[in-house]
Amino acid sequence: MALELNGGALLHSTLNGDRRSLGKLISKIESGFRPDIPPTKTWTLGVTGPPGVGKSTLIGALTSEWLKNGEKVAILAVDPSSPKSGGALLGDRMRMQGFDSSESVYIRSIATRNHPGGLSYSIAPMVDLLSAAGWTRIIIETVGSGQSQIRIIAFTDRILLVEGPDMGDIIQAEKAGILELADIVAINKSDIPSSHATFNSIKYSLDMNENSNTDIHLVSAITGEGISSLIYSIEACQHTGINNILRTKERLLSAWDSRLLSHPSLNDILVELDEGIMTLEQAVDLICKLEH
Amino acid sequence: MKGMRIVIAKPGLDGHDRGAKVITRILRDAGHEVIYTGIRKTPDEINRIVMDEDADALGLSSLSGAHQVLIPKICQKLKDSGMNDIVVFAGGIIPDKDHENLFNSGVRAIFGPGTYSHAIIDFLSEANDRKIKHLPIGVGEDKGWRWS
Repeated sequence: MALELNGGALLHSTLNGDRRSLGKLISKIESGFRPDIPPTKTWTLGVTGPPGVGKSTLIGALTSEWLKNGEKVAILAVDPSSPKSGGALLGDRMRMQGFDSSESVYIRSIATRNHPGGLSYSIAPMVDLLSAAGWTRIIIETVGSGQSQIRIIAFTDRILLVEGPDMGDIIQAEKAGILELADIVAINKSDIPSSHATFNSIKYSLDMNENSNTDIHLVSAITGEGISSLIYSIEACQHTGINNILRTKERLLSAWDSRLLSHPSLNDILVELDEGIMTLEQAVDLICKLEH
Repeated sequence: MKGMRIVIAKPGLDGHDRGAKVITRILRDAGHEVIYTGIRKTPDEINRIVMDEDADALGLSSLSGAHQVLIPKICQKLKDSGMNDIVVFAGGIIPDKDHENLFNSGVRAIFGPGTYSHAIIDFLSEANDRKIKHLPIGVGEDKGWRWS
């Protein structure tokens, strides 16, 4: 007997606390369904950073703290789909040990599935659904490589950037991108001495910008060092600040990409571009004209 | 073929997960979304992961000798939670004499050492076909069909 409910019935049972319905409804949202969710005040945190810095482990440490405060924590862990096979390896939840049987933690692994313009359009209704179903802390985790990944977290209320030891050169490369969008920066693995150098170099970079009100913390998800002050910073961060225009810009670009990539004439235009019949400027003009 | 969502789990006190990781990789390359749970999961945890991730299939890897206890227990939990439609398959060190018991619990395929990767991919593709055609393939559905 398969659970074959329509969207409305699924929404009803989800809001009544049925977790299987929640799982099913998130899948439906992923495939484009948009349920009529009663509006609630959402609380979201985007977590990003390079691969291997300990984002998932750190989210695990934060989750333990939130649970102590009686929060219900939902984590949407986004990983890329292979452009070649369309498959995906979703391994984030294995780094968040100890919550797999908790009633107060929901972890969902999400593949990017090469959606036009990224996942952003599905993430927003998923967040609304989780919030309406009673989840008070909603975390979205993405690898901070590539603009489409940054754009997913541009839809969250506050952004935590996680960095690790020996990231000097990478930070240089990323500085212009994510660091500007982040409200809070956590340098993880403080138990490894070289993390202190990363901390100093990012702090220096942040201090150069007089308008910056970005908090920076040196933490260890493993030993627990610095976690309580990091939580304090996250909780104190309201949805305000100079980063909003930048974030809104990412959302606009996301909407733009989505419109472009789902344009019916896109393939024809690409062929003409490839064959040199059309220039890039002409293509842009044509797409803008076709819109009207 | 549209990919499935597949949870690969290691139940019980069993830390040897090279096999599970290889399977995870093979299934990803075949176009599936694969969620790997990590080692030492309890039946309750595995049940919850399958539910929260809205998986279509569950692959259980066991090398510890506890398959006769843990795998039927997990199958029962899935059925108790109303997840009768989940496709369950197993792999690892599972002697032939134990197969019948696991098939009776709702497992549809058992893959031992020496299995070719295409066998597992073919099984899942047939399982997916059966799902689409509403033929029994889930853990709590009629047990007439099994992979051989």
